[in-house]
Amino acid sequence: MTTTTSRAASPVPAAPTGTGSRVTRILGIASLIGVAVLVLYGLRISKEDAQLGETIRILYMHVPTVSAAYLAFVITAVGSVMYLWKRSEFWDLLAASSAEIGVLFFALTILNGMLWGKITWGVFWRWEPRLTTTAVLFLTYLGYLAARAVPTSTRTRGTISAVIGIMAVVNIPIVHKAVDWWRGLHQEKTIFGTVDPDMKGTQLFTAYLGLTVFMLIFAWLLIHRFRVAWLAERANDVGLDAALAERRAEGTADGSANETADGSANETADSSANGPADGSANEPANESADESAGAGLGGAR
Amino acid sequence: MIRDVALVAGKDLRLEMRSRVGIGQVVPFALLVLLLFAFALDPERGVLDRVTSGLFWVVVLFCSVLFIQRSFGVEAEDGIIDALRLTGLSAPSIYIGKVAALVVELLALEVVLAVGVAIFYGTTFGGFPLLLTAAVAATLGIAGSGSVYGALSARLRTRDTLLPLLLLPLLAPVLIAATRAFEVGMGREAGQGWSWVALLGIFALVYLSLGALLFRPLMEDA
Repeated sequence: MTTTTSRAASPVPAAPTGTGSRVTRILGIASLIGVAVLVLYGLRISKEDAQLGETIRILYMHVPTVSAAYLAFVITAVGSVMYLWKRSEFWDLLAASSAEIGVLFFALTILNGMLWGKITWGVFWRWEPRLTTTAVLFLTYLGYLAARAVPTSTRTRGTISAVIGIMAVVNIPIVHKAVDWWRGLHQEKTIFGTVDPDMKGTQLFTAYLGLTVFMLIFAWLLIHRFRVAWLAERANDVGLDAALAERRAEGTADGSANETADGSANETADSSANGPADGSANEPANESADESAGAGLGGAR
Repeated sequence: MIRDVALVAGKDLRLEMRSRVGIGQVVPFALLVLLLFAFALDPERGVLDRVTSGLFWVVVLFCSVLFIQRSFGVEAEDGIIDALRLTGLSAPSIYIGKVAALVVELLALEVVLAVGVAIFYGTTFGGFPLLLTAAVAATLGIAGSGSVYGALSARLRTRDTLLPLLLLPLLAPVLIAATRAFEVGMGREAGQGWSWVALLGIFALVYLSLGALLFRPLMEDA
């Protein structure tokens, strides 16, 4: 997560080798401090609950992870709509990055929900409405990620995943309603709802602290994930051309030209071995992509 | 518009009539799954009859995946999607045409399945207005959302494995609502049968509208 924009390392100008920036570093440090304080409050300072006992401590993580996941899927949906409208790589990659982190947070939610269930019900799994809904939506978004993983053209992938992102988010309230009614006859103690109105003092503070900390972590991860995705696209664009240029440079320069610093080696290798096609065709494309990403999350760099 | 829809639906149904993939492969598969359920769940203890509604809709969902794969598989081959676009039909009419053909095929399958469970599981059906409305609403929802995912996965290399992963979680509310509506309709469960039908109707309406909107970008880029 270090940022160096080394210009000599590859034939592509200005390709950053890291995804960190001042903003992400501040976010990261704040998240880590927040986690430490949350652990302190969640496990030590706050008292156990009258009804839930010690299990209330799981809520300080459960509610934030599920909230962050839903926020992630809303961002995915917004990114999907914007992609179909604007057709910009930024929205496509934002939607995808957000979905990935949403799935991660959903997995955490299911995990800590199951731990809560083991303590409260004595079993890891019951068809409790919220847990069931989370499981269904988790699989829905696994499908989104699976569809993105199928190799195809960038535009096809963008359109397909945007459509899935929209279809999936619309399903969230419908799944909620269906599962609520389905389990309506067997209402039981749930991880939601039983505590929220009664929380006060340090419990309430810890709950909000947890929410804040996890939102920070979410933002931190999202920015990094977006930048990694964006860099992966750049690497994809360059891919073969860069490899060819590198091999040619090896062959023609035989080491001596390669050693000279700040990019001159690559330029000479390009122009002597393959003419202007390689380098100059790539550069404008990369610069414009650089700008479009710079307008958004990348701008913090 | 209606003429265009009828053209596309007619084409699909004609294709189905001539190739007999539905009748020759999907329907026998559905009946086979009914037998498999009987092997898996003890047929003597009346379990099958008690869980008929759920099993019925699970089979419908599985078969819908097959029907949808078939419906969009034929378009994906030889660039027929592009040929469809060249005909000048609007994307929403093509979409609704595909949905209409799927609805006809699925409803036919449901009739066969209903006869199947009546014979094999000894299920007696009752409460027909609720059952029929629920079946139609659920089928519209399945075909509406399934056609979007069918079109979307048709051009990907892993379409056969991707489609069920995408479609079945999305259809979870349909399975829940249709099963409950059937239970209430057949008098096995107290409850608001019609509110389940309303949920099915909302699902169908939402995804049919989304499908009509999203089908154009899908046809152009996917």
